[in-house]
Amino acid sequence: HTHLNYKLGLTLQNRTSEALTPAAAARDEFQEELVIRPLHSGDIYASFQFRTLWDTDFLQEGQKVSHYRLFPKSLGQVLSKFSVRELHISFTQGFWRTMQWGQPFIPSPPGAELWVWFHDTVSDVDGNWKELTNVLSGIFCASLNFIDLTNTVQPSASFKPLGLGNATDHRFLRYATLPREIVCTENLTPWKKLLPCGSKAGLAVLLKSEKLFHSSFHSQAVHIRPVCQDEQCTSKAWELRQTLNVVFDLYTAGQGKKEWSLFKMFSRTLTEACPLATSSKVYVDITDNPELSPATPLLSQAVVLGDRRTYSVFDLTRAETFGQLRSLNLLLRWKGDGEMLRPLLHAERYVAGFGLQTGEIHTVIYNNHPYRAFPVLLMDSVPWYLQLYIHTLTVTSKSRDNKPSYIHYQPAKDRHRPHLLEMLIQLPPHSMTEVTVQFERALLKWTEYTPDPNHGFYVGSSVVSALVPSMVAMNTNFTQDQPLFSSFVPVKEESSYFVRVYTEPLLVNLPTPDFSMPYNVICLTCTVVAVGYGSFYNLLTRTFQVDEPSLPLAKRLANLIRRIRGVPLLT
Amino acid sequence: MAAPLTLLLIVAVTIRAVLFRSSWAELISERVEVVSPLNAWKRVVEGLALLDLGVSPYSGDVFHETPFMIYLFHFVVDYAEIVFMVSPGLVFCLSRFLTSLYLFRKQKYALESDRYPADCLELLRSPKEMFYIPLKVAMFYLLNPFTILSCVAKSTCGLNNAIIALFILCTLKGSALLSGILLALATYQSIYPLTLFAPALLFFLQRLYIPVNLRRSSFWFFTLQYAFIYVGSLVVITGLSFFLLGSWDFIPSVYGFIFSVPDLTPNIGLFWYFFAEMFEHFRLFFICVFQINVFFYTIPLSIKLKEHPVFLIFMQIAIISIFKSYPTVGDVALYMAFLPAWSHLYRFLRNIFLVSCVLLACSALFPVLWHLWIYAGSANSNFYYAITLLFNFGQILLVSDYFYAYLRREHHLTHGLYLKKKDGTEATLVLK
Repeated sequence: HTHLNYKLGLTLQNRTSEALTPAAAARDEFQEELVIRPLHSGDIYASFQFRTLWDTDFLQEGQKVSHYRLFPKSLGQVLSKFSVRELHISFTQGFWRTMQWGQPFIPSPPGAELWVWFHDTVSDVDGNWKELTNVLSGIFCASLNFIDLTNTVQPSASFKPLGLGNATDHRFLRYATLPREIVCTENLTPWKKLLPCGSKAGLAVLLKSEKLFHSSFHSQAVHIRPVCQDEQCTSKAWELRQTLNVVFDLYTAGQGKKEWSLFKMFSRTLTEACPLATSSKVYVDITDNPELSPATPLLSQAVVLGDRRTYSVFDLTRAETFGQLRSLNLLLRWKGDGEMLRPLLHAERYVAGFGLQTGEIHTVIYNNHPYRAFPVLLMDSVPWYLQLYIHTLTVTSKSRDNKPSYIHYQPAKDRHRPHLLEMLIQLPPHSMTEVTVQFERALLKWTEYTPDPNHGFYVGSSVVSALVPSMVAMNTNFTQDQPLFSSFVPVKEESSYFVRVYTEPLLVNLPTPDFSMPYNVICLTCTVVAVGYGSFYNLLTRTFQVDEPSLPLAKRLANLIRRIRGVPLLT
Repeated sequence: MAAPLTLLLIVAVTIRAVLFRSSWAELISERVEVVSPLNAWKRVVEGLALLDLGVSPYSGDVFHETPFMIYLFHFVVDYAEIVFMVSPGLVFCLSRFLTSLYLFRKQKYALESDRYPADCLELLRSPKEMFYIPLKVAMFYLLNPFTILSCVAKSTCGLNNAIIALFILCTLKGSALLSGILLALATYQSIYPLTLFAPALLFFLQRLYIPVNLRRSSFWFFTLQYAFIYVGSLVVITGLSFFLLGSWDFIPSVYGFIFSVPDLTPNIGLFWYFFAEMFEHFRLFFICVFQINVFFYTIPLSIKLKEHPVFLIFMQIAIISIFKSYPTVGDVALYMAFLPAWSHLYRFLRNIFLVSCVLLACSALFPVLWHLWIYAGSANSNFYYAITLLFNFGQILLVSDYFYAYLRREHHLTHGLYLKKKDGTEATLVLK
């Protein structure tokens, strides 16, 4: 509390000092929001977004930014030191079930994912990338130091910048994913520390790790990018979005009853908005008419992910939201079953085959649109120890061959870089497209296996990116008070929206040598080589002689004495 | 003679054609004993597919063939089966020349010169015995299950064997130019035939009656000529490969790969498990040791066998096949094809029964233990490794046995067949 008061005091001081010195620190603002959406399977989806906008230029030469207020200093220093233009990092526990839950607001693959666009001025991108991953590993307490050149790729088309910038030179893009990374409280705590109010006020008080990790899906992410402040883009700002998506399971957290409350989900209620926030809102999705209490007259409609939905809005900056008890505990009772909008794009992936020698990766992409066909970009990054054979690549839709119009393939170099396969596939309407490619499993050196080699090796998720035709007109207007969940991905045209779907990561077993045998193997192999050497040495250096048997010892001694005596020798 | 050979040829082609069309072809081309990362057909197709996609085949780590192979298969990829059937035919041609030209001539000279002791006549082969040797050599190569497997798998090892066979053919015919060019081609394909330079040189020197004396200028003159042909053609071939793809990428991909053994796919050789279990610290040292092991038998063997260059060629090919970094059964089949040419050594072989049992048992156990390790999961890599050790041990025993028998026959030819000790009783010969 005292800490908060201190911060408030500082804010007031800054405001007054701003009035005196107009050319003072740049303006920054903070907004927070929470979206609660009941899902058709009975689970409940909560999506937190915390956005900080700051009018400054990290990448300007000579002018070092030193006065941080709402924007976390650790991230600001990272941006300026490594000349980062865009940074997206996410930590996910669990897999998003698109067919049961619909599309998420912010998609993310299981494990850790990091993709960064560097500025054009960077000369050694790989060096910057290596240092950046190590610094981020420290900031987020995650083992991002396992990201190295063997699992980093440079996608040529799949990861275009989400913020400003028209550079398309993919030499400055790096993408890496760690499917094996586990997310826990240790990662949540430093993430919460980056928020201006910490976890002391506003929506962040709900982020308690005992409840958040007792869920089906948990994903926390940080997205930093440069954005336009207004429609004409006269001024630019840096946007930092911290997002946290969580899906609470009906049976483990909800005890099987389709009744949810903030207290049941987070074991906390909301008491106040963050004092540093200009806007603090809770949106509850009431399109399918659940029972919501306390009722609120504020309603809002938004078109997001091709779907028009109605939301009840609770504005936490207004004192009357909290009622007489000074606390807000939303109660949601889910009645009946409405019709879920079937996700138009969905993808699955699995490994086929048996044995430890070969296998096949099958990626299945579903287009559920009844009459429109649209192209999707599929990106696959496969580690080097699964040797892909690109001549076995087949793409079939509706049991007919479907040739991709663009293929970018970069084969792997052993122990240096992974395979990268990007394809543009046209999906026919209402169809299933299957992409298969064969691979061979390599035998690695015994030191290259993890301590649990029979667990298997992870292959990162495939990324399917597409502009899906929308049934409902999307909103292309740029307004400042758009809800955050609808402004994450810039909407360029009315008739389609951008969707990124991540498939399951794969777990593949490799043949293993016997780890207890290095000394034995060296001895035995050298023995066989020595046998060869010995036989050849004998045959090369010795000659055939008639075998004269040698006398026994007694006779030899006798011969010695006889020689001295000068007497004929024994034979 | 022509009739049995034609019949043999028809039988061999039929077997291969039948297997090509059956479902076994797919299975055989996946077997690690038959194909290696250097000569698998799947990788050739992959390299050509990468070229079609606009990516250099050498940018990844899948394709390790020389640009000559890209050039060849770019045109004949649809007729690959025919190409692979032609190559054993070349080896078969060799067999005829090997025996008819060389051995006949040598035997004739021996009989005429009368320089052998009287009781050695039974050691010399009569023309009647030698009449069937070409047929036997052809049979040993064409009907050898190893060769059939290698051919059906479309492993480029068959093509490499054909080039080596052509080289030996040209050497025996006495054409130094062609021999040098073909040796350069064989070396370009895989580095190890470099060691065949010494026996070829010795053969030519023997043929031209130039004594192998380092002080003589005639020796150096011919050596330099032959070396010039060889090195020159090698340079020309390498230069042409550069112009095919416009880069030197193929050198680390092909030769760097052969020498540094980064791929540890199991095969019938000694390298893979050894380097899978090697301590990182010693890896470079042992790579050097194992690679030197292939090359350093050349000089001692050349000194010992300087009067018998054809047997030296056999020994060198055998050593390459056993100790190279990625051996396959196709390499084994090449030196086994020579064995009937030395069928007269049979009486001096000591371990032939043991060796043949070991080799047969190992050949049968390879697929069994592979299946148990990779598919059933009830055995581990040690089982397959043990059979690898045994197979190589059997091969080493075979080669050293033939070497022993050859040297012993030479000894008997100079000292007489039935040797007696000082007191008149029958003597035994030992190596001392």
